[in-house]
Amino acid sequence: MKALRNYLDKIKPRFQEGGKLEKLHSTFDAFETFLFVPDKTTFKGSHIRDSIDLKRTMTVVLLALMPALLFGIWNVGYQHSLAFGKDAGFWQIAGFGLMKVLPIIVVSYVSGLAVEFIFAQYRKHEVNEGFLVSGMLIPLVMPPDIPLWMVAVSTVFAVILGKEAFGGTGMNVFNPALLARAFLFFAYPASMTGDTTWTAGLANGEGIADGYSGATPLSNAAAELVDKIPSVSDLFFGFIPGSIGETSKLAIIIGAVILILTGIGSWRIMLSGLLGGVTMTLIFNAFAANKYMTIDPLTQILMGSFLFGMVFMATDPVTAAQTNKGKWIYGFLAGFFAIMVRVFNPAYPEGTMLAILLMNTFAPLIDHYVIEANIKRRLKRANAVVKTK
Amino acid sequence: MSDVKVKKEKDPWFSPKNLSLLKKPFNIENPVTVQVLGICSALAVTVQMKPAIVMALSVTIVTAFSNLIIALIRDSIPSRIRIIVQLVVVAALVIIVDQILKAYVYDVSKKLSVFVGLIITNCILMGRLEAFAMANKPWPSFIDGIGNGLGYGIILVTVAFFRELLGSGKFYGMKVIPDAFYKAGYVDNGLMILPPMALMTIGIIIWIQRWKKPELQEKN
Repeated sequence: MKALRNYLDKIKPRFQEGGKLEKLHSTFDAFETFLFVPDKTTFKGSHIRDSIDLKRTMTVVLLALMPALLFGIWNVGYQHSLAFGKDAGFWQIAGFGLMKVLPIIVVSYVSGLAVEFIFAQYRKHEVNEGFLVSGMLIPLVMPPDIPLWMVAVSTVFAVILGKEAFGGTGMNVFNPALLARAFLFFAYPASMTGDTTWTAGLANGEGIADGYSGATPLSNAAAELVDKIPSVSDLFFGFIPGSIGETSKLAIIIGAVILILTGIGSWRIMLSGLLGGVTMTLIFNAFAANKYMTIDPLTQILMGSFLFGMVFMATDPVTAAQTNKGKWIYGFLAGFFAIMVRVFNPAYPEGTMLAILLMNTFAPLIDHYVIEANIKRRLKRANAVVKTK
Repeated sequence: MSDVKVKKEKDPWFSPKNLSLLKKPFNIENPVTVQVLGICSALAVTVQMKPAIVMALSVTIVTAFSNLIIALIRDSIPSRIRIIVQLVVVAALVIIVDQILKAYVYDVSKKLSVFVGLIITNCILMGRLEAFAMANKPWPSFIDGIGNGLGYGIILVTVAFFRELLGSGKFYGMKVIPDAFYKAGYVDNGLMILPPMALMTIGIIIWIQRWKKPELQEKN
């Protein structure tokens, strides 16, 4: 460790102003702060203001994502062996999953960081740490068989138009990872929808075991095959086909606990999102116009990426509402719309993505009215005091 | 008194001032990217190159001639009803263009459908008539119309080029992305065909233009 520090200190002058490699200073800065805790803290922008810097914050989020990632890797292999009737051991399953998931992670990081570095170099900024988390979230919301070039295109799109166009980390209106997924969803629908995309190797269509359909719980629900939806315990532990990181609700809840205990994720948003989802489901249950509407709230919330979205996407401190009251409204509406889109529009089996993006748009507006209401309330009180005097 | 007038009319046809009327709409006074006018049709007709080019030409012709006609009669238009007069002139020209398109390029005219008729409400037209033709001589007005029409057209064609190439792998209706690409797993980008992507493409053009030309950036 000491040797590394000494080496960094030795080459540092070359990257500072007047040095030979001055142009690459943000690259140097990025690696230095990645290796060692820097002595400066976040001072502006809409981040959490705390004694730890953005990079450390992001590391905790990455840690919270690990259970979902590890289970996702295993599940990709498990679903594959299930689909093809293979009798594989744990390490074989995990190895297959790793071979599928690792390239997606690498491509997502390399393409996203390349864009970040180019912009940082050009604008003479520091490299934005925000991508450390986005780069991990993107693979977790992809289907396992997604072509790698699509991952690269969507990541580049999301970073350039979602972040850099607005001025980089802390200035973005939309969650970059969700934007990448939305881009793929609309640009290449064949790779993002249907029953064959959610299990690795299924699109080739050869040697599939009898009775394996590959349909996700959501597509079964959309087709009104309510009795085909897996049991609550399968949904909870995640032995179902789906996006890489979304299937195991247990892993997501572990992540949520880490986020809440460290104070990085907002429990208000998570809780109100859940409430919103349950409310919408209960409204549907009351009407029960078709079979999809009769699904009970627990199953409805465990299906698809609802929990994943509410825990990791909706709580993004940059794109969510900032005020506490605003967070309740924001989270509630995100959950509410997620279930509504999912049930009403079979063309969009997963409403969570669209609901959170929609609420991202409205987060500043919600904050504005919460603050205005507060000002008005206090002004009224002040006036009342003046009058009684 | 008459001497002064004669002197003014001696301004040569392609004087630097007149030429700048033609050039400005291509960069710092572009109607689409700087003044952000005529966006609606730019979103609607840019899925393919051919309709975009036809649309660009139609708008150019209508702006040029409506500018010319309004400039010719500008002194005799009562200012209280000038918008109606302008609309009548524009509407007449649009109907003529529409009929010509229907007669000679029927398939394109079907694709453009209502958007040819909607040239009447194109903000660029009313903007040029109000801001330029009502206060200038016929010849500069005519050049101004051509310049603005083409400035609008070049954005339209650029957007259409990218949308057609990336959205359906074609250039002016011809396949340009080889079959080998598709066999290797390339897929056309479905988002490019949807209107939001036209808006984003224009946004990117504006971004690049403002980055190249710092004088367009607001100071804050």
